[in-house]
Amino acid sequence: MDYNNILSDVVKNMAPSGIRKFFDILNTMKDVISLTVGEPDFKTPWHIRVAGIESLENGRTHYTSNSGTVELREEISAYLERKIKVSYDPMHEIIVTVGGSEAIDLAMRALINPGDEVIVPQPAFVCYGPIASLAGGVPVYIDTKEKNRFKLTAEELRSVITPKTKLLVLPYPSNPTGAIMEREDLEALAEVLRDTNIMVLADEIYAELTYGKEHVSIASLPGMRERTIIASGFSKAYAMTGWRLGYIAAPSEVTGQMLKIHQYAIMCSPTTSQYAAVEALRNGQSDVEEMRAEYNRRRRYIVGGLRSIGIDCFEPEGAFYVFPYIGKFGMTSEAFCEKLLMEYGVAIVPGTAFGTCGEGFARISYAYSVEHIAKALDRIEKFTRNY
Amino acid sequence: MKDLLKLLENDARLSPEKLALMLDKEEGDIKAMIEGYERDGVILGYKTMIDWDKTNTEHVCALIELKIIPQRDRGYEHIAQKIYNYPEVESLYLMSGGYDLAVFIEGKTMREVAFFVAEKLATLEDVTSTATHFVLRKYKDKGIVFGAVPTDDRGNFI
Repeated sequence: MDYNNILSDVVKNMAPSGIRKFFDILNTMKDVISLTVGEPDFKTPWHIRVAGIESLENGRTHYTSNSGTVELREEISAYLERKIKVSYDPMHEIIVTVGGSEAIDLAMRALINPGDEVIVPQPAFVCYGPIASLAGGVPVYIDTKEKNRFKLTAEELRSVITPKTKLLVLPYPSNPTGAIMEREDLEALAEVLRDTNIMVLADEIYAELTYGKEHVSIASLPGMRERTIIASGFSKAYAMTGWRLGYIAAPSEVTGQMLKIHQYAIMCSPTTSQYAAVEALRNGQSDVEEMRAEYNRRRRYIVGGLRSIGIDCFEPEGAFYVFPYIGKFGMTSEAFCEKLLMEYGVAIVPGTAFGTCGEGFARISYAYSVEHIAKALDRIEKFTRNY
Repeated sequence: MKDLLKLLENDARLSPEKLALMLDKEEGDIKAMIEGYERDGVILGYKTMIDWDKTNTEHVCALIELKIIPQRDRGYEHIAQKIYNYPEVESLYLMSGGYDLAVFIEGKTMREVAFFVAEKLATLEDVTSTATHFVLRKYKDKGIVFGAVPTDDRGNFI
């Protein structure tokens, strides 16, 4: 078979994850302290797991309605009203998806016509560009700057808008930088967007994980609800990554089209997970607060620890990552991370995994115990002393 | 400061330096607070959780329910003191419900524990009855699950 002719050109042209090689090395090594993962170390709180288990015991093993159980959509609607003060009609404006990932995919596929441009501020989670390309779109990257605390500025946004611009991806709180967008930052972007036909895909999966400042959704600003699609989910807030459950909240004109894709491609999100998610939204707020407090202690510990060994680190205010500047050690990010891994047994992710503008930086996850982080910091200190 | 106590309750080995970073305080302040807690008896001691079943040491644990006739002027305090002064007594609680004192005993063998109950506890003049329950297996103690060594099975990096 000539697979080269058989396989889709778009898929063939998608770049594989640039750091595959790095993780292949990591997987063969023993005694490595890894600070690489992008998911909580906490297990799903037990009462939420019990709700899933009980749904199985009660025989809830069928499909749900395509957009998710009414009960869950009503809870999501009530949650969004509480959290970001925006109302979404549970019957027509919310779709329960297979993780935040499907929500992103749905948004791109429902909006993009061939050649439409999708603006992606980087450094960012790796999926936006490839998904946009798969949908026939053209990703347009913006390099956000450390001096702006990795926020997206109105000038940067304005400079890339063309008649072909369809969608702005707004992934804050940010993986990998830990940056957040505050009300005035969002207001400046909204000012640029209000006169346009550009939609915003607000990936708010880390909305529950901000430290000291409340998350603000761009959908809550005047005139922005109608041009915003919120993608979010349960993975980070409730430590439910493996349940694969997220949601879309958007104007019904948009969700109506998305629902067709979801119907044909997915049918419905996992039923067990939906029952667990109802329990999470009804009775899980104290779990979220406890986990957030623990992340915050680790955040302060790792930022202070890095600074005390001479590694500059801007203050991350969201998610569970720090994004220190390691350029001063005279190596590329990849070389730095590879040397740290091979010679000192600590794994962190080169900033370039999240876009070329991540050069000079590395992502360190603090979804690990303080004890684990402390061991890693000891080794990193030895590395920086001997480099 | 409840946060500091909670952190130390979970892991007594956290250094003042680490605690200071985690709680956004000065190291000196943390040291002073801990000393204060120790002085006031809020922090009573630091121990290590050991699963003795995983060692070759002979070890049994029992819960003994005691029914007591409390003395007119001294309540339960006097009898409690007489009991907790024995080093074999690991924990002692005054209980509501069907009996009065719950005594947790640690010993080398069941025989040793049984003799302790018969000779030291049953003979106390205020004790009207005893019931001994041997612990067959500890699943969880002080928030720590026994037997399970936590592993990190997270495989996705980005």
